[in-house]
Amino acid sequence: MEHIASIAKVSTGIEGLDEVTNGGFPQGRPVLICGSAGCGKTLFGIQFLVKGILEHEEPGVFVSFEESVADLTNNVASLGFDLDKLTAEGRLRMDHVRIERSEIEETGEYDLEGLFIRLNYAIDAIGAKRVVLDTIESLFSGMQNEGLLRAEIRRLFRWLKEKGVTAVITGERGVNTLTRQGLEEYVSDCVILLDFRVVEQIATRRLRIVKYRGSTHGTNEYPFLIDENGISVIPITSLKLDYGTSTDVISTGLRPLDGLFKKGGLYKGSSTLITGTAGTAKTILAGYFVLGSCLRNERVLLFSFEEAPDQTIRNLLSIGIDLRPYIASKLLVIHASRPTLYGLEMHLLVVNKLLSEFRPKSVVIDPISSLVSVGSALEVKAMLVRLIDTLKIHKIDALFTCLMSRVASGSDDETIEAVSSLADNWLYLQNELVDGKRQRSLLIIKSRGMEHYNDQVPFTITPAGIGFAASTIPTVSNSVNGK
Amino acid sequence: MENEQRWELRLYVAGQTPKSILALKNITRYCQENLEGRYSIEVIDLLKTPQLAEGDQIVAIPTLIRKVPVPIRKIIGDLSDEEKVLVGLNIRPLPLKNKP
Repeated sequence: MEHIASIAKVSTGIEGLDEVTNGGFPQGRPVLICGSAGCGKTLFGIQFLVKGILEHEEPGVFVSFEESVADLTNNVASLGFDLDKLTAEGRLRMDHVRIERSEIEETGEYDLEGLFIRLNYAIDAIGAKRVVLDTIESLFSGMQNEGLLRAEIRRLFRWLKEKGVTAVITGERGVNTLTRQGLEEYVSDCVILLDFRVVEQIATRRLRIVKYRGSTHGTNEYPFLIDENGISVIPITSLKLDYGTSTDVISTGLRPLDGLFKKGGLYKGSSTLITGTAGTAKTILAGYFVLGSCLRNERVLLFSFEEAPDQTIRNLLSIGIDLRPYIASKLLVIHASRPTLYGLEMHLLVVNKLLSEFRPKSVVIDPISSLVSVGSALEVKAMLVRLIDTLKIHKIDALFTCLMSRVASGSDDETIEAVSSLADNWLYLQNELVDGKRQRSLLIIKSRGMEHYNDQVPFTITPAGIGFAASTIPTVSNSVNGK
Repeated sequence: MENEQRWELRLYVAGQTPKSILALKNITRYCQENLEGRYSIEVIDLLKTPQLAEGDQIVAIPTLIRKVPVPIRKIIGDLSDEEKVLVGLNIRPLPLKNKP
């Protein structure tokens, strides 16, 4: 992405958010993070501070108007954030501002100078560059004079700006406003909305930049994930169609199958779709592909949406594909999860995270059709486009299996329709009853940019694996041009 | 005497602002009138000792704190409403005849 260096920015400390905001938060200005309860506002603030301290040497002050310091410290300990240590090192300061309406009587004029002094003292004590106020609107439940509070909060934001600290201010989502007390009127430089939605029992967290004065930014809703490493955002739609392509060829992992392609395999970095009804050996072909990758000593990541890793390994072992050594040597990672475990974007996020952590050369998704159960056809298509683009950008050899709901060979299935146009190669598997016998066959529907065999190829499955009848082992010479 | 209780009050201010001066004037008068000889008022200027703000959970200025008798009570503002202040501090006004 092009950066427009009009204003200075600081890293947000949230993976992916710097990209979405074209460089981070505006330096020395307040940022408003709003969202409903439980959407991750507090964690957002803590991560902003902790990463600022650890990665950018910027000390930070956290002012909590709700949770106690001990509670906060405990809550984020599981993410590896050691607030006590940072505090002891003088790089972090936590202050719990507790206001109990029942304990306080009001009479006559007052201001919030006490809060200013506390904040100022905390900032100066450690030379803080970052400040988090979580959630300042709690003041309204502790004090009665609303007009005065508004004026003072406005003054506070101005003061923070003059102080030159980058401040994250959290606010609870209101009914018709971004925040209950309309803080968005006062903090106008950068406003970010966090959302936590449950659609058809599947929860998705999303983030949107409502406004960012003086800066370009992504305008979409970006899904974000809270896991053991904190918050991460994946700016998926920033992907472009400008990835490089390769003319090198890799094996499908099954030699006779390689022979059906003129160059003896699939193009490197291409995506392959295997479709077929239930029991047509889709996972077995995927298993060969995984094995082929392992034999080339290339890392491979297998997403299994229907079987547990052990089950996949056992089943493939029964036809002579032994993946155990590669699991042991960490060349192969199997990530098994139910598709309904989380929403589509979450799956995409998980894929992205694993891609950046594990850096595989090949990715297998078995089956991609499972994802249809999580979203509408349109959403699934959008997700698959982003997924396949992501894999292409990383020059990853991708293979998807897809379960067809009907025996019909046409693309009447919505997932197939979505994926087939994106996939470079498309293998169609069949399992028909002929004279009371099972007749398995394979057909290459397409292989972009490569000549390929054009007929249905019968094959068998034995304990030794997939076998093509000797007489039918084809040569590419009798094929027509593939597109 | 029915009331030998001593009153220890603390007034947090931030410099000599009109509100703070008024608050100190007000509380001094209420104490003289109602707690003659049984009170002390400590004035803390947070501009000079900002580190003290956190301990007593000071947010608003001026803030009056009743340290003794316990429990601690807080009154914020310039303390212009005498009745509210006395009720807030749980001070029972003396009968009118004792007032000057």
